[in-house]
Amino acid sequence: MSKGNIARFENVGLRYGLGPEVLRDVTFSLESGSFHFLVGESGAGKSSLLKLLYLALKPSRGLISLFGADIATTPRPQLPALRRQIGVVFQEFRLLEHLSAFDNVALPLRVAGIKEADVNRHVTELLEWVGLKDHMKSRPPTLSGGQQQRVSIARAVIARPKLLLADEPTGNVDDRMALRLMHLFEELNRLGTTIVVATHNMALVDGLGYPILRLDAGTLATVAGSGNKSAAREWRESRESAEQQARAQARARRERRRGETDEQDADPPGIENFL
Amino acid sequence: MLGVKRSDLPLDKDAHSRFLPWLIAFMVFLAVLAIGGILVLNATASRWDQGIGGTLTVQIAATEDPLKDQNNLQEVLNVIAAQAGVERYLVIEEDRMMALLEPWLGPDAKAGDLPLPKLIDVGLADEASFDMKGFTRQLQLRVPEATVDDHRVWLQRLVNLIRTVELIAIAILVFIALATVGTVVFTTRTGLAVHKEAIEVLHLIGAQDSYIAGQFAGRAMMLGLKGGIIGLILGLPALMAVGYLAKSLEDAALPDLTFGPLEWIIFAAIPLGVAFLAMTTARSTVLRSLGRML
Repeated sequence: MSKGNIARFENVGLRYGLGPEVLRDVTFSLESGSFHFLVGESGAGKSSLLKLLYLALKPSRGLISLFGADIATTPRPQLPALRRQIGVVFQEFRLLEHLSAFDNVALPLRVAGIKEADVNRHVTELLEWVGLKDHMKSRPPTLSGGQQQRVSIARAVIARPKLLLADEPTGNVDDRMALRLMHLFEELNRLGTTIVVATHNMALVDGLGYPILRLDAGTLATVAGSGNKSAAREWRESRESAEQQARAQARARRERRRGETDEQDADPPGIENFL
Repeated sequence: MLGVKRSDLPLDKDAHSRFLPWLIAFMVFLAVLAIGGILVLNATASRWDQGIGGTLTVQIAATEDPLKDQNNLQEVLNVIAAQAGVERYLVIEEDRMMALLEPWLGPDAKAGDLPLPKLIDVGLADEASFDMKGFTRQLQLRVPEATVDDHRVWLQRLVNLIRTVELIAIAILVFIALATVGTVVFTTRTGLAVHKEAIEVLHLIGAQDSYIAGQFAGRAMMLGLKGGIIGLILGLPALMAVGYLAKSLEDAALPDLTFGPLEWIIFAAIPLGVAFLAMTTARSTVLRSLGRML
């Protein structure tokens, strides 16, 4: 088991009950610090593959190892420790509706037994990062789709996971928002997080040029990234004008915020560009 | 788990668990009556055991001839005095006999009106080693009119009866506990179903089973405590009312319904016991259910 592997699948098969195999002979590994797109037609098994990755399902056959631990032989009480190293952006967000945005983002820290003072600091900081400073006490049903998405992403990254999984994170947002989101993921990737994004948005996939895991009726083909970074750049630049406007707004907002707090300076470089 | 102030699950808003304290209150009400009954019966049985045990009564039937009666009495007293194992004996005075019979005969009855038997109360040093058969034979031989009234057989039957009633009360208590456990199990299962989505998210975020179970257990404990206190508040006055009514009869044969400090501690412990029962039940129900998830 190579140390550079965050996750490794070997001949993994999955079936629900006595139904047909949803995934067949899936073999791949995710290197630490890699960024993959997971593509495939609807029903090809993308969500099932992600569920296996975030330990919501057990494979019917084959071997899955996460962070060097074979999950079939890992005792059940040790699985939560593995799950805490995985951040998940669910397709339908799955925010707890009775909790405020703040409490939703705080969940992974509280579940891990982090001191409430630290929880407060980290969550407040991150919600400021994603531009929800004024909505910390709002409950998800009162937030817009885009805001809910940001809460869901904040919850996925708050505990600094080693592996971030996102299921159709751009499904309900416009291109501009999708791109900003991807920039956020790239930024996290640059900071060392391994990332898998399942998506239908081929423009995004082609534009960013990361390696692709393609599922076709339950079998997997790893396709190298297009490598055409210049094409990706073009695609990005074509959206620059839209971006610029958003950025100018964000900057103005940030200026205002800076008046209130200096903590903004502690932001990792880059992330602020996406606010 | 007791310190969980903030809950990730909105269990306190669950409509289905609102009836739980009242069901538990009803159970505790019945439990208080059953426990009260057990304590009273237990005390009565041991009082009778000690009070009348270790004694017997020798009765000499009256004859037509007062002189013969006198001789018979002397003869019996001789036998008793000679018998090994007798600690003390006392001839019951006629005044005392009349006092005992007054409720039946009225205050105007006089000693001479009736051929009263002589009664001798005999205290034994050690009941177990006393030679009852030898003593009875000896008496019958010397004074045919004398009979030995051994309380032990009669008493044993009475104590057996009390112990049986006591066992039934304990069985009732066990059924009450089982019903409480069942109610908590179903309430918890409903809660698990209602909050399935939130529980799954907590689980996937990396919550330990005990973290999730703790929230249910804490909630069940509070509901159990509430129900227990309500039940106790309803049950104790009922018990005391029965005790008050029994006392006003002033009948020595009725069990005594007054409680000592130990009994009060037992009653005070009922809500705590129910709260603990509800907590552990909810906890194990959740753990069992979560155990089925990966």
